[in-house]
Amino acid sequence: MIQVLVYVAIVLLIITVAQLVRVFELASELKGAKSNEVNYKDHRTQGKLIMGFLIAFFAFFIWQVFNYKDMLLPEAASVHGKDLDWLMWFNMWLVIIVFFIINFLLFYFAYKYYSRPDSMATYYPHNNKLEMIWTVVPAIVLAVIIILGLKMWNTITEPASQDAIVIELYAKQFDWTARYAGKDNVLGRSNFKNIGGANALGMDTLDPAGLDDIVVHNELHIPVGKQIEFKINSRDVIHSAFMPHFRIQMNAVPGMTTSMHMTPSITTDEMRRKPYVIDQVKRINEIRAKKGEEPYEFNYILLCNKICGASHSNMQMNVVVDTQEQYDTWLGQQKAFFAKK
Amino acid sequence: MSDHHEHSAHGGEEGHSPEHAHEHHEQSFLSKYVFSMDHKVIARQFLITAVVMALVGMVMSSLFRLQLGWPNHKFWLIEYLLGDHWGKGGTIDPNMYLALVTIHGTIMVFFLLTGGLSGTFANLLIPYQVGARDMASGFLNMLSFWFFLISSVVMLCSLFVEGGPASSGWTVYPPLSALPQAIPGSGTGMTLWLLSITLFVISALLGGLNYIITVFNMRTKGMSMTRLPLTIWAFLVTAILGVLSFPVLVSAVVLLLMDRTFGTSFYLSDIYIGGQALESSGGSPILYQHLFWFLGHPEVYIVLLPALGIASEVIATQARKPIFGYRAMIGSILAIGFLSFIVWGHHMFITGMNPFLGSVFVFTTLLIAIPSAVKAFNYITTLWKGNIKFTPAMLFAIGLVSTFVTGGVTGIILADSALDVPVHDTYFVVAHFHIVMGLSAVLGMFAGVYHWFPKLFLRQMNKKMGYLHFWLTFVCAYGTFFPMHFLGLAGVPRRYYTNSAFPMFDQLVNLNMLVSVFAIVGALAQFIFVFNFFYSMFRGPKSEQNPWHSNALEWTTPMAHTHGNWPGALPVVHRWAYDYSKPGKRLDYVPQTVPLEEGEIDGGGH
Repeated sequence: MIQVLVYVAIVLLIITVAQLVRVFELASELKGAKSNEVNYKDHRTQGKLIMGFLIAFFAFFIWQVFNYKDMLLPEAASVHGKDLDWLMWFNMWLVIIVFFIINFLLFYFAYKYYSRPDSMATYYPHNNKLEMIWTVVPAIVLAVIIILGLKMWNTITEPASQDAIVIELYAKQFDWTARYAGKDNVLGRSNFKNIGGANALGMDTLDPAGLDDIVVHNELHIPVGKQIEFKINSRDVIHSAFMPHFRIQMNAVPGMTTSMHMTPSITTDEMRRKPYVIDQVKRINEIRAKKGEEPYEFNYILLCNKICGASHSNMQMNVVVDTQEQYDTWLGQQKAFFAKK
Repeated sequence: MSDHHEHSAHGGEEGHSPEHAHEHHEQSFLSKYVFSMDHKVIARQFLITAVVMALVGMVMSSLFRLQLGWPNHKFWLIEYLLGDHWGKGGTIDPNMYLALVTIHGTIMVFFLLTGGLSGTFANLLIPYQVGARDMASGFLNMLSFWFFLISSVVMLCSLFVEGGPASSGWTVYPPLSALPQAIPGSGTGMTLWLLSITLFVISALLGGLNYIITVFNMRTKGMSMTRLPLTIWAFLVTAILGVLSFPVLVSAVVLLLMDRTFGTSFYLSDIYIGGQALESSGGSPILYQHLFWFLGHPEVYIVLLPALGIASEVIATQARKPIFGYRAMIGSILAIGFLSFIVWGHHMFITGMNPFLGSVFVFTTLLIAIPSAVKAFNYITTLWKGNIKFTPAMLFAIGLVSTFVTGGVTGIILADSALDVPVHDTYFVVAHFHIVMGLSAVLGMFAGVYHWFPKLFLRQMNKKMGYLHFWLTFVCAYGTFFPMHFLGLAGVPRRYYTNSAFPMFDQLVNLNMLVSVFAIVGALAQFIFVFNFFYSMFRGPKSEQNPWHSNALEWTTPMAHTHGNWPGALPVVHRWAYDYSKPGKRLDYVPQTVPLEEGEIDGGGH
């Protein structure tokens, strides 16, 4: 019953608005003004609004920068990440400058040249010199961007060094598993057909290289200053291994092993001691306390960044960057997967 | 009835001279408004269907913005609209959340901004602006609309099947989209999605072929290619892109259908799901991505170019100036069109694609920035020293240039493969493509509706509601999408039902709330447009013949929907479409049908 009343109310509201608009139109018709025709008053009003918008828009941008800059990711915690961040902000500043200049020109000209009763437009159909300038200048700037970008791209995609620590990241709906290659630093063969029971990764029992492999479910430990090569696999749908703090990301594709590598440069403990990270964590914990949630401690994280199903938004694994000693101790406590049986 | 039959049977072929049309002016409602082959009616059919679809897509976005702004809060609206299965207790089910995101994207990209935008304005303007009595084939044109409508209906039906609609993202990557075990939406809902898109592509191809043939063959006397308004150039290149790339989407879709139904393994290999190992082997999910993005990237420009074309026409007309650098504008449209075919790999930098191949795509993608920059600068120079009339359409066109630039510049970061790595699939990408593609195309479409409403419905839209609609839309659009850059740089992934599993994102809750408030106010503002649209259609003040004092040919037709467009002979064209404020002329516009004076140079002095 209430539903019907709501529908009736909505219909009546629409009819009322339509009648009101009609009344306004008839009233202004009586006054003899062509009220719906755009006139000089409108040009002036809209021109000023455009200028107002420009100022508000830039103010909004600056306000956001000041408000949210502390909420961005902390400094990159990997060796290549530092260079990548430099390049990112080089490009970002370039982009921001272009954003300011072009939006300014656009809105300022729109305001400055709004139609006045006696104004005339200037017939100015083209100017080859000007057009040449704004073809060539962007081309040069882009050439710089491309060269710097591809240099960086080559660095991060070059094959990992021979002595990199090999770790498999294995994705399935909706969690991550890590497999360490053990003393031989070679991952044993695996096949999805072997999956069953505790053997969630489908490891091949006959491959001697796999005998010392260590399977870890809860936390990924890596040593600082050593190159780590991740071999990434999935058993069901496409996932994506994203570690925002290390500025690395790679898809996990069923039927195909992908890889990425990086060298962590800041341990978890060091990161937790940085003043701005302490500030950030403090802010977060104030918010969490209000909601009655457990306090948070800074952690590096591995998360899934390719839509993969209902619990996509909770497919994560903590990453701990240890000092070499911490790492060796931790690794010493782990048992090889096949040794557990 | 037989009278009408004869008429429609001959109408398409004879180019129906007006005398012929007059003999049969008593058309039944069915043949005039429903099974019509008249380009103007088909344009209106496309527009109204698209508006309805867009409202569905918009309501969906409001629902998931409620969830993102106030995670796991209860809203009666959600339970009311989604029912007690998908919206139990007033919060969205996670699977339904993904479904809403998927169908929102599909509707906006395909049904609003491809079908709706090209379908409306290419249909309306191509015959008018090239000086033709109708499209090359009225019958195919009618079929194009009907396939579009059926496709829309199938898509809407998929919302009501068991398991829900497709929910693997609008790009429907397999294996997620291939395996019902992986997500409930990959059952019947996904099959209907694929069917709907196949029908949609048929519609796009029928329309596109018609547009191309009409522009090439049916230009009136004197209408050389370099006298065409830029709208027509944009529609032409758009249609060519569509005809070349949409068939590839069909191939991707058909192979996916085979994998789902007939047990083939084009995209599937080495899969263990639901407690069992599947038989499929040897396929590659990456193959699908290549096929999809071979359409998917040109699609961006299929969406964008018509909007830019509309902006060119509106800005030149309302700034009372010739569009600056007409030939450079054509050159940029062609360059963008060509380059759009060789950049698809930039969607796949982190799929494990060969890094060298990635480098090639970085290079080609960044090249697109050059013609885009030329276009932006040319629009701005067109405004410079203009005599700008701020109609609602002009405001939307200026808004488009702003979003095209603001959203475009972040593309420079995303196109750079190394820099893409940390922001790929984060909200930075969501911000980028919503601003550069979504907003620009939507603002362009609004500009088109306000500008050509008199040609569509013979009446004017209400100006005050137009202004209010523009400002609310524009402010809320930037308010919604601009802050997303910061979310992305903070590492927040897209398509997350909630960020609450990650304490590191807790501090961004307020930002998400801000975005949601802007999004919902912006969505509500669209009802002003819908009201204005339907109200003005029936009761708006009648328009005079050339309300904007425009040069283009469509305004030389009488303010009535005559079959064949011009009551007498077809107009003869003597000049380009941009002689605004030409020195030595009495008025500040010279329609294309006015002969050149002695010694007068055409085309801005070329």
